Amino acid sequence: MKERSLFMRKLNNRIIAGLSGFSAMLGLFILGWILYTVFLRGFMAFNASFFTELPNPPGMSGGGLANAMLGTILLTLLATVMGVPVGLLAGVFLSEFGQHSKFARSVRFFSNILMGTPSIIIGVFVYTLLVVPVGHFSGYSGAVALAVMMLPVVARTTEDMLQMVPSALRESALALGTPRWKTTLNVVFRAAKSGLITGVLLAVARVSGETAPLLFTALNSPYWPTNLAHSTANLTVTIFNYAMSPYEDWQQMAWGASLLITVGVLAVTLLTRFALKEKKVKN
Amino acid sequence: MNEIKNNTDEKGHISVRNLNFFYGEHQALFDNTLEIVPGKVTAIIGPSGCGKSTHLRVYNRIFELYRDQRVEGEVLLDGENILSTEQDLIELRKRVGMIFQKPTPFPMSVYDNVAYGLKLHYKLSKGEIAGRIETALQQAALWDEVKDKLNKPGTALSGGQQQRLCIARALAVEPEVILMDEPTSAIDPVATAKIEDLIEQLRNKYTIVIVTHNMQQAARVSDYTAFFYEGHIVEYGVTKELFTRPKKKQTENYITGRFG
Repeated sequence: MKERSLFMRKLNNRIIAGLSGFSAMLGLFILGWILYTVFLRGFMAFNASFFTELPNPPGMSGGGLANAMLGTILLTLLATVMGVPVGLLAGVFLSEFGQHSKFARSVRFFSNILMGTPSIIIGVFVYTLLVVPVGHFSGYSGAVALAVMMLPVVARTTEDMLQMVPSALRESALALGTPRWKTTLNVVFRAAKSGLITGVLLAVARVSGETAPLLFTALNSPYWPTNLAHSTANLTVTIFNYAMSPYEDWQQMAWGASLLITVGVLAVTLLTRFALKEKKVKN
Repeated sequence: MNEIKNNTDEKGHISVRNLNFFYGEHQALFDNTLEIVPGKVTAIIGPSGCGKSTHLRVYNRIFELYRDQRVEGEVLLDGENILSTEQDLIELRKRVGMIFQKPTPFPMSVYDNVAYGLKLHYKLSKGEIAGRIETALQQAALWDEVKDKLNKPGTALSGGQQQRLCIARALAVEPEVILMDEPTSAIDPVATAKIEDLIEQLRNKYTIVIVTHNMQQAARVSDYTAFFYEGHIVEYGVTKELFTRPKKKQTENYITGRFG
C-alpha cells in the first residue's frame, strides 16, 4: 500500500486554513471600513443643534434631527409593546403546548416564512391595511409594520430558548403539583430569562434600523412626532431621503443619522452580550 | 406474593393492577400488578430499558406531559384509582412527590425552592413558612449546611446538596408517597451515602418507591424489591429473600451479574 504524502496533507491544511482566515479577514475588513466611514463622516454632523433642533430647509445652515430621533424611539417602543407580548406568547405556545401538533407545525412554518418575507412587502401589506382606508400615513401604521417584523423573530427565539430548558426542570415543577401555566411562568421562564431578554433586544435592534416598512406607513415629517395618527419623523426614512438629496448639508445629516443608528444598534447588542454574561457567572 | 404484609388502613398505599404502558405504538409495560406497602421502602431494579422509570412515572401521572404516552389498567392510591379522569392532578402530586435522576433546583434561592411547593398548596403566615422550611431542610439533612446560605441560588449548591434540596422541597409539601427515579446516579459516592442515610430516616414516615440501577443500593435501602425485565415484573418480594433466594432464574442471573 502506498502511503499518503505527508507533505500534501500539510499543504492542504495550510491552504484551507489560509482561505478561511482570509475570508474572515475580508468580512472584518468590510465591517471595519463601513464603521470607519460612518464614524468619520457622521461624527462631523454631530453638534448641539443636531440633537436638539428640527430640520431646516436645504441651504439654511443649522437645524437637527431631534424629531426623527424621538420618532424612531417612539415607533420602536410602540412596536415592541405590540410585537413582543404576542411573539412571546406564540413562542410559549410552540414550545410548551403546541409542540408537535399539526397546528403548531404550521405556525412554525408560517413564522419562518414571515421571517424571510422582504420587509418592503410587510410595508406594502400594512399600507393597504392601515394607510389606504384611513387616507393618510401614520406613525401607528409604522409601528404595526415594525411589530409584524418583530413577531416571528421573538416567537422563534422564545421557542428556542424555552426548548433549551431541560425537561426535568419542567417535570419537577409539575411533580410538585404546580399548574402548567405557573410552571411556565415561574420556573421555565425564569430559567430561560437571559435568553428571552436577548431575543427581544435583538428583535428591537433589528427593526430599529428598518427603512422599507416605514416608507409606506410612517413616512417622514419635518415636525415633532406629537401625533402618531399622522406621518411621523424617523431616522431611517430621513437617511433615505437626505442621502438621495442633492444638498450637501442634508447628506451630512444623513451620515450623522447613520452613525446614530449604528451606535444605537451596537449599544443594544452589547447590552444583550452583557445580559448573557451575567447568566454565565451565576451558573 | 403472600409474604408481602399489607395494612391497607395506612396512608400511602399503592396498588397497581394490570398496568400496561405504551409509547405510541410501542408497548413498554405488560400487565404490571404490584402492591406497594405503606411506610416501607420499595426498590425497583432491572436492566436499562426494562421499564422501571416508566412504571414509576405512572404513579404521579407525570408521563402525561408527553402526548404519545398512554396507559391502561389501574393504580389505586389509598383505594382510589388515580388514573381515572376525575383524579385532579395537582391533588395527586401533592400526595405523591418525586425526586429525579439529576438534581433539579429551580432558578431561585434555596429558601424559595423549598417554599415553592409549600406556598402552592398551603395558606401560611410568613413565620409558619419559615418554620416549615427549616423542618423540611432538617428532615433532608441539609439544614446545617445551608442555614447561612438560604438566600443563595439553589444552583450554587453542590450536586449532592442540590439533590437533598429537591428532597426537602418535596418533603415540605408533606406527601404520602415519595418516588425516587435513580436519585443517586448523577452524584458522587459520599453524597450517595448521605442520601441513602436520609432514605433510612424517612422510612416509616413515608411510602418510598425508588428506582435504582445499583443492586447494592436496593439491597441496602429497601424492604421490598421488584425485579423488572422487558416490561414485566419478574419477581417481587421481601428484599432479603429476593437477593438471597430468588425464585426465578432470570432474577438470579441478574443479581449475580450474569447480565444487565
